[in-house]
Amino acid sequence: MEHIRAINDLVVRFANVNGTGSASANNMFAKAIFRMGIPVSPKNIFPSNIQGLPTWYEVRISEKGYLGRRDGVDLMVCVNPQSMARDVESVKPGGYFLYDNTKKLHPEFIREDIHYIGIPMTAMTMKHYSDPRQRQLFKNVIYVGALSALLDIEMDVLKGIVEGQFQRKQKLIAPNFKALELGENYVHEHFDFPLDIRLERRDNVGDQILIDGNTACALGAIYGGATVAAWYPITPSTSIVGAFEKYAHRLRIDPATGKGRYAIIQAEDELAAMGMVIGATWNGARAFTTTSGPGVSLMSEFLGLAYFAEIPVVLVNVQRGGPSTGMPTRTQQPDLISSAYASHGDTRHVLLFPSTPRECFDFTALAFDLADRLQTPVILMSDLDLGMNDHVSPPLKWEDGRQYDLGKVLSAEDLERIEQFGRYLDVDGDGIPYRTIPGTHPTKGSFFTRGTSKDEYARYTENGEAYVRNVDRLLKKWETAKKYVPAPELYQEESSNDYGMLFFGTTTYAALEAMELLREKGIALDAMRLRAFPFNETVRQFIDTHQRVFVVEQNRDAQLRSMLINELDLYPRQLIPILNYDGQPITADRIEQLIIENYPKEKKQDDVHKAEVPAS
Amino acid sequence: MTYIKPKFRHPELPKNKIGFAKADYEGAISTLCGGCGHDSISGAIVQACYELSIEPHRLAKLSGIGCSSKTPTYFLSNSHGFNAVHGRMPSIATGASMANRNLIYLGVSGDGDSASIGMGQFVHAIRRNVNMVYIVMNNGCYGLTKGQNSATADIGSLSKGGAENHYPAIDLVGLALELGATFVGRSFSGDKTQLVPLIKAAMSHPGFALLDVVSPCVTFNNKPESTKSYDYVRAHLEATATIDFVPEKEEITVNYPEGKSAHVELHDGSVIHLHKLAPNWNPTDRFSAVNRLLEAKMKGEVLTGLLYIDPKSQDMHELENTVDQPLNTLREEELCPGSEALEKINASFR
Repeated sequence: MEHIRAINDLVVRFANVNGTGSASANNMFAKAIFRMGIPVSPKNIFPSNIQGLPTWYEVRISEKGYLGRRDGVDLMVCVNPQSMARDVESVKPGGYFLYDNTKKLHPEFIREDIHYIGIPMTAMTMKHYSDPRQRQLFKNVIYVGALSALLDIEMDVLKGIVEGQFQRKQKLIAPNFKALELGENYVHEHFDFPLDIRLERRDNVGDQILIDGNTACALGAIYGGATVAAWYPITPSTSIVGAFEKYAHRLRIDPATGKGRYAIIQAEDELAAMGMVIGATWNGARAFTTTSGPGVSLMSEFLGLAYFAEIPVVLVNVQRGGPSTGMPTRTQQPDLISSAYASHGDTRHVLLFPSTPRECFDFTALAFDLADRLQTPVILMSDLDLGMNDHVSPPLKWEDGRQYDLGKVLSAEDLERIEQFGRYLDVDGDGIPYRTIPGTHPTKGSFFTRGTSKDEYARYTENGEAYVRNVDRLLKKWETAKKYVPAPELYQEESSNDYGMLFFGTTTYAALEAMELLREKGIALDAMRLRAFPFNETVRQFIDTHQRVFVVEQNRDAQLRSMLINELDLYPRQLIPILNYDGQPITADRIEQLIIENYPKEKKQDDVHKAEVPAS
Repeated sequence: MTYIKPKFRHPELPKNKIGFAKADYEGAISTLCGGCGHDSISGAIVQACYELSIEPHRLAKLSGIGCSSKTPTYFLSNSHGFNAVHGRMPSIATGASMANRNLIYLGVSGDGDSASIGMGQFVHAIRRNVNMVYIVMNNGCYGLTKGQNSATADIGSLSKGGAENHYPAIDLVGLALELGATFVGRSFSGDKTQLVPLIKAAMSHPGFALLDVVSPCVTFNNKPESTKSYDYVRAHLEATATIDFVPEKEEITVNYPEGKSAHVELHDGSVIHLHKLAPNWNPTDRFSAVNRLLEAKMKGEVLTGLLYIDPKSQDMHELENTVDQPLNTLREEELCPGSEALEKINASFR
């Protein structure tokens, strides 16, 4: 039998039934590894269902800090009979299959090339706990206890997490400890431990935090000064407003009156949510909404209004698999075009592409400044993987004294000085006009906001020339936006290779790992990570200085590639699509394989020809 | 096309308490058809704001799409206006109200805008009791697209193209009462004596105030048999009561005979006087309002006046417990928790 030996480099997958309380036990497992100073990347793979269907939790542990998904399961913890056949199959040769042997394993699940670890979890819970719900919950904690012995997870670290979790429910601490010890003792008594795949404490996470992108977005909205949140529930965006509410309740209550310095409105649909944001920002507050692809479709008419009437909007799009209801609990990057050009007529919107929770925080806060500065919608393009999974991330930072950029808003004093206020006059030559907030001045500065064509003084007009002047000014504003949006990140001082690689968002982890894997095989690439749309000059230069550029993204139609070709007027063959759209986060192996396939043979070194292409 | 009215004002025009003439509340010249009911409603809005001495910049006017939604251009040119998309004005008004609780929000809509495409938003704005006046200029047809039947058209009504309406009319007033609206009134564009005090009362009401105003479309739906025509409404008008609105702290000079009048005091000390009351009807009793409305409907009457008011109305800000200071005036000091708090948050994720 093949034998895997690995320290701090493994993939552990948990197969559970959703609604059985496995999430908190699995989180405890991941957090313990993080607290042992080892980079860890947990991913929920869950059904669109509340109770009873299979759900998986996959944890990649990588001392080197590779945080993307990796193919192949080293250790499978299976407590779900429904998915057992598939779960047995997914274990790498030489890997381990941990299961509940209260009932004997069916012979068809026996593979010759993997190790089996049977622990009678159900029998143990029946013996040690009387409450049926507790029996279900502690079964999960028992396997975490067993893993602590099998993988060398420090028991004190696990117990510290339990204590933190149940600070306010002290009486739950003892039964959790008991379950951990039951699992640990069973391994001590029945197996050789630890396994040859195991963990060792390191100091490789520094001051980083383990947080999901949605929580980071919510905190960005708190710090960015959002006072109105209007939303409609949709997976995977829903937890943003949940977290916003939690932190607003903690940080935004006026101590003198007990009243809130914020309002959260659960709208009747996404249309109304967007309308409320537009109403609030038109009236001078900072407001945002959160949604996913279907919601963006519903908001499209309003996005056109906000673009044309020049009203700030902050929208967080946590993308999921489409089209239609698609794969609502699986990840993709499929809304690039529908978000960038949302609405009828000539429209285009600013997009931000965060790739870590830290960037979710920074870019959400920044989105409010950009929206106010540019007086237009700004759409933060997160996705299910980034939003709903915990990620190792640099800590969130805020510089005290940082002022909000409210953009070109005229005060009553400003209006006194101005001869005639023109809402859509390009006073500064940057395409951005000045605006007034209702209620500012008794006789000056009022104007009519509308979605119909208007002149520089906001007066309704059907005059073609006035229309053209207005929409051309909007294009000038679009040019100005390039100076304000985050610049792309380059991974080399100077381009030195013929081929480049371009990626964004959650593709980043896997892309960087693939770059290393390819380098080991003699394929060297330059790389750039996009952080915003519109694309600025750096993006063009990077593409221009490479013969070919691989564009890595997670959708079927290579949407980013289309946008690059369209916006930068590129020769299509110059951009080679590297795609993944099965709903699972893209892996480094997949990127590596596709790039090797598309890399010109004459450029490949001998070892690349001989190297076996990894299966995806 | 833009029509511009001369800004010149005669110096001796009468002024209200804050020194504004009625002309200061007017807007651009209307481009609606001559005789359109909507223009009379615009006139009533101007009159009500003038009489209430509202500072024009303390009011925001909002609308959707349609003939009715064009009217905000024709009144209150010193107020900010927002002509939104079709049927979506209620959500814009909701967001605006959340951002600044200190302005008066006047929403103007039509029967197409509110009873069809925007029904969902209309219903939910009522449910949330958004602090606004919501005027529906109700003519039973789509004017701007040239005479199609709307959802408030009578059964049997013919569109301009000859299509017959087979479906019952939606009664926005009945719907609002059912939904728990805290201020519900109906009026007629041709009855300014009733409409002006109703608008004034609606503006003083802390919550969603619906005024469904029958406003004949002279071009497409003014046939005598239409319940939205001048002739029909004049012949079948029935009022719950006549109404006087007395703003805060003004001395009450008129007295009405006991038993035939009612006084409703509003939160700001204003009083609504109702007299010549309809039998078996009490303005603060929702049940009696619903009954009276159904009764009138069965008789083919157009029941107008104040139908229901909840003097204990709590608007959305009170329900959400937001600070008294408008949210749009809060800045970094009040909103940003700072780096120390963020460090603690970071620590909770380690």
